[in-house]
Amino acid sequence: MNFYPIFWKEMLLIRKKPWRFLASSLVMPVLYLVTFGWGLGRGMNVSGGRYLEFVLPGILALSAMNNSFGPVSTSLNISKLYTKTLEEVLVSPVSPWDIALGRTLTGLVRGMFSAFMLMLVGLASGVHLRYSPGFFIVLVLTAVCFGAAGVAAAMLARTHEDMANFNSFFIIPMSFLAGTFFSPDRLPEPFMSLVLVYPLTHASLLLRALASGGNPSTGSVFVLGAYTVMFFYLAGRLVRRS
Amino acid sequence: MIETTNLTKYFGPLGAVQSVSFTAGKGEVFGLLGPNGAGKTTTIRMLTTLLSPTSGNAFVAGYDVLFDQLRVRRSIGVVPQMLNLDIDLTCAENLEYHGRLHKMPPADRKARIEELLQFVGLWEKKGTPVEHLSGGMRRRLLIARGLMHRPAVVFMDEPTVGLDPQARRLIWGLIDELKRSGITILLTTHYIEEAEALCDRVAIMRQGKIIALDTPAALKQSVGKFSLECIGNHEVPRKFFRTREEAIDAGRAVGCDLLVRESTLEDVFISLTGERIEG
Repeated sequence: MNFYPIFWKEMLLIRKKPWRFLASSLVMPVLYLVTFGWGLGRGMNVSGGRYLEFVLPGILALSAMNNSFGPVSTSLNISKLYTKTLEEVLVSPVSPWDIALGRTLTGLVRGMFSAFMLMLVGLASGVHLRYSPGFFIVLVLTAVCFGAAGVAAAMLARTHEDMANFNSFFIIPMSFLAGTFFSPDRLPEPFMSLVLVYPLTHASLLLRALASGGNPSTGSVFVLGAYTVMFFYLAGRLVRRS
Repeated sequence: MIETTNLTKYFGPLGAVQSVSFTAGKGEVFGLLGPNGAGKTTTIRMLTTLLSPTSGNAFVAGYDVLFDQLRVRRSIGVVPQMLNLDIDLTCAENLEYHGRLHKMPPADRKARIEELLQFVGLWEKKGTPVEHLSGGMRRRLLIARGLMHRPAVVFMDEPTVGLDPQARRLIWGLIDELKRSGITILLTTHYIEEAEALCDRVAIMRQGKIIALDTPAALKQSVGKFSLECIGNHEVPRKFFRTREEAIDAGRAVGCDLLVRESTLEDVFISLTGERIEG
């Protein structure tokens, strides 16, 4: 195992520009929170509770996804196609799985950091969720899942346009449809079944259940876990192919 | 240290490298000389495990580039044509990262970073982000990075491309010092003087094939040590002679202003292909 140098360099880059990292981690989730939680959702109730309490776990899942997938896929894609810094790693004695793991862990750090920041914003706004160990495990799993997906997407993309297409066709639809802002069971069939295919839907469902003290669905744990394993396997294979 | 046998790479129907065979011994500077598109970079990419050959085989430092890739990667240093340094990191951090990739112990990394930055004349710039370095400095840092883990074989792909003459001479000096230290170097270039100045042996490549391979002196000798050119009239073909006197005698019969000079590797390329190496 020699994944640490990959992780080390990414952390070094983050430490060099902490304010940029902080701002890029927080902009989107705070915008969602302001728009849907404080703006549209003010005074709304869902299942007997405030909408803000309903939407925050979903935005936390969304934030973990965006901040793990986005920076991991973008920086890896640029280093593969533009700066060619990936070639330095590819000619060093580091296995494809180490590269995939190092980059995925970077996604984990970024995703968890943005989620923590958002939790603080939530706490400051008077939104009190139950942050159990299970809640954090699901957040970790979500960030790992989409960090690995980011590696796979970056290695699959042959151009920067391909990378933009991943965002347009997968990430953005998932952001709005995967149970972040509303419960998937409000959708008619076949949309509800379609939405249940998204890994983010299961992350949102799990976080929402755990945050309200309910029981998480074993099926959702399995689906999120299966996606994580599949994306990581794909990431390693695609790095090897490159 | 490097041995290729019928090394071949096809991209679809295009034969980028076709049946290339050569060996380079320990401490040798072996050059691949040819115009752009001759297959030099593709050959290097196969030898550094970045590309899989379509057929043929190659060994670097005794390891098969296809089946023993991790050992090959431990044994090689790569100085790519593109300046693929992390521009947000400092000179020292770029080397530190490379040392970590090669699992060098911390104390060794620290000492080696100082040694190499001194060697390439960048010690004063150790804390400077790469984005603030000139092209020549970045090229020298790339060489330092390629040497960081003490490789037995170093691949340099067009190490002086895009540099001014002064920076180029500086890089030549570094390569010359490396040569004396016993490292095997395979370099690609399309600069004639570079191949002549640095290489013990040169393989001249064209359209994916090696069309001549020998020492620079022997290659030049093979076409004739002296070259006769008709100045201002490119329609009269260059001619080659064993002695200066033979060249002068032949020139008198042509009837234009003549230049008699020692042959170069470009003359070898022209005599073999009828084309020039440098556009």
